[in-house]
Amino acid sequence: MGETPHRSAHAGTGGTRVTSGHDWPAGASARFAETSGNPRTPTGNGLGGGGGLPRARAFGAERAFRGLTVAAGAAVLVIIAAIAVFLIAKAVPALQANTEDFWTFEGWFPNDNPPKFGIGALAFGTVLTALLALLVAVPVALGIALYLTHYAPRRIGTGLGFVIDLLAAVPSVVFGLWGRDYLVGPVTDLSTWLNRYFGWIPIFGDGPYGNSILLGSLVLAIMVLPIITSLSREVFLQTPTANEEAALALGATRWEMLRTAVLPYGRPGIIAAVMLGLGRALGETIALALTLGSTYAISFNVLTSGGNTIAANIANRFAEANDTGRGALIASGLVLFAITLIVNITARAIIYRRREFTESAA
Amino acid sequence: MAKRIEATNVSAYYGAFKAIENINLTVEPKTVTALIGPSGCGKSTFLRSINRMHEVLPGARVEGSLTIDNQDIYDRDVDVTAVRRMIGMVFQRPNPFPTMSIFENVVAGLRLNGVRKKSILEETAEKALRSANLWDEVKDRLGKPGAGLSGGQQQRLCIARTIAVEPQVVLMDEPCSALDPISTLAIEDLMFQLKDKFTIIIVTHNMQQAARVSDRTAFFSIEKTGDPGRLIEYDNTQKIFSNPSVKKTEDYITGRFG
Repeated sequence: MGETPHRSAHAGTGGTRVTSGHDWPAGASARFAETSGNPRTPTGNGLGGGGGLPRARAFGAERAFRGLTVAAGAAVLVIIAAIAVFLIAKAVPALQANTEDFWTFEGWFPNDNPPKFGIGALAFGTVLTALLALLVAVPVALGIALYLTHYAPRRIGTGLGFVIDLLAAVPSVVFGLWGRDYLVGPVTDLSTWLNRYFGWIPIFGDGPYGNSILLGSLVLAIMVLPIITSLSREVFLQTPTANEEAALALGATRWEMLRTAVLPYGRPGIIAAVMLGLGRALGETIALALTLGSTYAISFNVLTSGGNTIAANIANRFAEANDTGRGALIASGLVLFAITLIVNITARAIIYRRREFTESAA
Repeated sequence: MAKRIEATNVSAYYGAFKAIENINLTVEPKTVTALIGPSGCGKSTFLRSINRMHEVLPGARVEGSLTIDNQDIYDRDVDVTAVRRMIGMVFQRPNPFPTMSIFENVVAGLRLNGVRKKSILEETAEKALRSANLWDEVKDRLGKPGAGLSGGQQQRLCIARTIAVEPQVVLMDEPCSALDPISTLAIEDLMFQLKDKFTIIIVTHNMQQAARVSDRTAFFSIEKTGDPGRLIEYDNTQKIFSNPSVKKTEDYITGRFG
């Protein structure tokens, strides 16, 4: 340490000079500076460094920290690459052994001889359940977030926010069991009602009702609700008060103020929140494995028992799978990876398109 | 297009704290009235009471009577949004909506009032921007973000946004305190022109500015920190700055305190 100027020594010398004129005694740091005589900072020169410019350090905390952050950043790339290599290496043999079209075949028999399996129905189910879940969750989540930030009295807002964060801490298997054993009853009744009055819409087709896409999506909606709520709450809290007051001073009602100032300002943040929710919905495994009917068919009928997703299928079928079976499941995992990637890129593109307005906002 | 404002025994509170006490003053139509005084004396609080922006803060309330052409703006039956449409406000820091273009900023108030027709919006936007002396600088880039303008331009944009809805009264809360001298001059010039149509009340820390732009000046002060602000003297600007009747006013404008 003798080479590098000591920071507290600098501060100390300054301290003595500044405080000497006052009637209180110089502090501990000042005394330390007097006794620790640093060759680089001759006494009397102070912080300005009257003794010329010291040389830059060859190695210090700055460099070390920089190295650590670079390593952390690189680790992400290494991990992603390792996962990709593993997935592709395992998936290719199974895909080559497949005797049906991987994209269009509706069924999953990779353990048979010859193996037959297709991703179409699974990918379709994954996207459909996730989108339905968002359709339900996003308006509710935004409503809760706006209520918490702009309508609720402070005490209620804090309490309710805490409860919602608690919802995020419930394990997904608990949601799955709750959905399978309890929510299935009300959803069956709802399905019957929807089919009776709105049966002419193709998505509300005939039964049997029970473990349907609707049930899975509703459970999923509850699961993604907390993440979207708490993120958009943070975003809404960041709206500059000046903009809210500008809207109010123009004669806006509370709702008009939210529409003019808060929602547009929070748009990129809301999109990010929704995309995180979508990411969670696409990848959700065990809750859907428990609530969906595990069929391999592409059907828009959300009421009838059935439906399946890539992640739920992996959970359900992994234990019984042989080598080809595992390869097939891993191939489906790759497709899920690709779907998530597309979703994220789309979200980035949406945010990027409006950058001129959002950057100047910061 | 301009109305008289009358304050009678107006007191304003932040929770239990009384910020201003028993303010009585009358503002004539088509004049510029400056509110001056040391920091914390309640000038801004009084200004925000006039368009009921004070009550936006949690726990804040106003007592006494404030009327605009003899209509009580704190009447239980009065719609607060109507009050704010009638009494526009320009803030200390320029606050254009960051997500909106220059054009959208100017017509934001019209859109809130339900005006949808494009021709009307464009016509009003041009008129408001011309009145705010900003049209020539922005007419070629109306679709660009309002937040991309310079500070002085942003403040004139905010003035354009305020006057686009044709209020009766324009309140300005230290509108030039974040601006450089040239932009300040532009806004002071603007106030002279706007006086023909609007009643203007401006809070300012800059006494030269008050002397330059206002017809009448109200001097606010406090006894000590924690006390409510009071109106010490209210008179023609020339009188206040040349021959004030209260010793405290004289001390303040000559720089002996505050």
